[in-house]
Amino acid sequence: MMKLTGAQVVWESLVREGVETIFGITGGAVIHLYHTLPEYPIHHVLMRHEQAAAHAADGYARATGKVGVCIATSGPGATNLVTGLATAYMDSSPVVAITGQVPTLVIGTDAFQEVDITGITHPITKHNYLVTDVQELPTIIREAFYIARTGRPGPVLIDIAKDVQAAEVDYVYPDEVSLPGYLLPGTPSPSQLQQAAQMINEAERPLIIAGHGVILAAAEDALLELVEKGNIPIVTTLLGIGALSEAHPFCLGMAGMHGEAYTNLALSQADLIVSLGSRFDDRLTGQVDQFARQAQIIHVDLDPVEIDKTVPADLAVLGDLKEILPALTPLVEERAHSKWMKRIREWRSDSAKRDIVGQETDELIPQYVVRQIWEATQGEVVMVSDVGQNQMWEAQYFVHHRRRGLLSSGGLGTMGFALPAAIGAQTGCPDERVWVTVGDGGFQMNIQELATVVQEKLPIKIAILNNGYLGMVRQWQQLFFEGRYSGTPLLGPDFVRLAEAYGIPGITVREKSEVGPAVSQAVATDGPMLMDFHIVQEENVYPMVAPGASVSDMIRRPVATKK
Amino acid sequence: METHTLIALMEDKPGVLHRVASLFRRRNYNIESLTVGHSETPNVSRMTIVLNGDDRVVQQVVKQLSKLINVIQVLDVSDQPAVSRELALIKVTAGPGTRTEIIELASVFRARVVDVGANSLTVELTGPQSRVNSMIGLLHPYGIEELARTGRVAMVRAGNGNALL
Repeated sequence: MMKLTGAQVVWESLVREGVETIFGITGGAVIHLYHTLPEYPIHHVLMRHEQAAAHAADGYARATGKVGVCIATSGPGATNLVTGLATAYMDSSPVVAITGQVPTLVIGTDAFQEVDITGITHPITKHNYLVTDVQELPTIIREAFYIARTGRPGPVLIDIAKDVQAAEVDYVYPDEVSLPGYLLPGTPSPSQLQQAAQMINEAERPLIIAGHGVILAAAEDALLELVEKGNIPIVTTLLGIGALSEAHPFCLGMAGMHGEAYTNLALSQADLIVSLGSRFDDRLTGQVDQFARQAQIIHVDLDPVEIDKTVPADLAVLGDLKEILPALTPLVEERAHSKWMKRIREWRSDSAKRDIVGQETDELIPQYVVRQIWEATQGEVVMVSDVGQNQMWEAQYFVHHRRRGLLSSGGLGTMGFALPAAIGAQTGCPDERVWVTVGDGGFQMNIQELATVVQEKLPIKIAILNNGYLGMVRQWQQLFFEGRYSGTPLLGPDFVRLAEAYGIPGITVREKSEVGPAVSQAVATDGPMLMDFHIVQEENVYPMVAPGASVSDMIRRPVATKK
Repeated sequence: METHTLIALMEDKPGVLHRVASLFRRRNYNIESLTVGHSETPNVSRMTIVLNGDDRVVQQVVKQLSKLINVIQVLDVSDQPAVSRELALIKVTAGPGTRTEIIELASVFRARVVDVGANSLTVELTGPQSRVNSMIGLLHPYGIEELARTGRVAMVRAGNGNALL
């Protein structure tokens, strides 16, 4: 039996959990951990802010499907993780956060850099632990990883008192966990599946909503089989993008507040909605009592809590999509749904007429930038978008055809997510090309991570859609708040000179004609590169479902006058 | 809005009460009372939660509670035949003129006088919430100086399929 210190227990256990990379910042209460870290084959990515460490772990998890790990010291280190953990929690991302805590003897005395981080993070973690006895540490780490990655994934925090890190223990890593209160969903009964199949077979206008759950369950293949067997059109949520290639004729793309009109028309006209791993978020449904009024709803989810939470289900099927879909598809009959598909195609061609990229304009519009990036990369990138207008333009104008090809903060809508999450994604997937789409507002929220990009030699490409505003809020002010731009005009630095100060080459783009060459230059650049696109300042994201309105009631783009 | 009674069994670990309380606050559930103590099983606590809400809200509460890792089981016993009791300690103003009257009132409610002072009496009453409420109402005119209520504890009656553990 090995005699290890608590600090060694942590690393030894992480190695056994398959952890290769962690993201963190050291400090007084984790100094024992960092002291022993070099003894283990774990790569530590030094971040410049703990919030970014949590986002990086989250981005790593989303890109690889493995548990992302972040580490921070007690007090401010721990509280800085909070936004990142809440982001991971809202989007069901498997993250383990390790924090140092003040020594057991002084817990509760307001010791230097003491904070009750388990208390603070109860509502934003799947579970958390305060470790005050080194004997419990191996079991707790085992449980933490198990909880983070199984069922509906989520962040788990382990707060380890400093003396526990130094104390010794006979190390045994448990094979099994004993969690009597942790229930994983069983398998749905054959009759439930039969009922679901019957509803699908009887529907004339069926529609699938694919959510993040499809990707988390790695059920993309199974979804494709269901779609192609039943000829069922699908829409996705923002986080469901990539569940099915957007190039597939049955994939209509993202629906909801900024979904293309035909996706929301399909939702409002469908007579059956099969929701797969989506939680009927308000950005998808709009006004809930107006949502999909003609449709029966089959709600398939891993988490019982999501059933009937916002939209009542006519049939609930609980379980793992990776098991459910292959069992369901054979029961689904081949149907053409040709009338239904024809209507959708008509709506779709109407939307195409309103496609702003097809319009003749010399202005540097953001949609054009996104489309140029897509064309130059052929979509073969892991795109990490930030939050706000840039996120919606990316979602609308990039044709996502690959799995785990878009990472974004959906539920919490955390500005500043993109750059650190991209660091996590690029670290986890060194062979991928990782791009960031970000606004000038969100970029300034974690801009310090440019240093991490350089220190880690990460070839991340950063496209700033710079409009000098906190743009999404400005859009709301323009449309719903008398055009009073209160608190939204935004001054930024010269991003290119700033990037150069960090050692990252950059290019400022002010003309539409310069977009293509700039993007091509980025594609051809081996290392990181920053592009600062000075876009039209008051461009809006359309279509838009106004807050409180039904999804079928949209503010549309005008029809293009010239082609 | 109806009143529901939930029984929850949970691992007796630090922070569990906070997790539950935090959940109620976070989800904006309207909680009337919450009691917690040991159960018949070592290291398992038993909580009785009384809350107001329609069926949909209560179903959500049950599911959200069940989702907490340390919560082993949750049961809504509102529709089951159950014994539910609350204990109240009531210190009521009582001088020579009213003492006998209050003691008689207490005996009607099968309450016990547990402390007698020169100018007050302390009455202990255990019973269904309705009985506790009526007794408090009747004591009000005398002057209630101090009131302590435990909140409800509940147990399903024998032979009614108690599904707990």
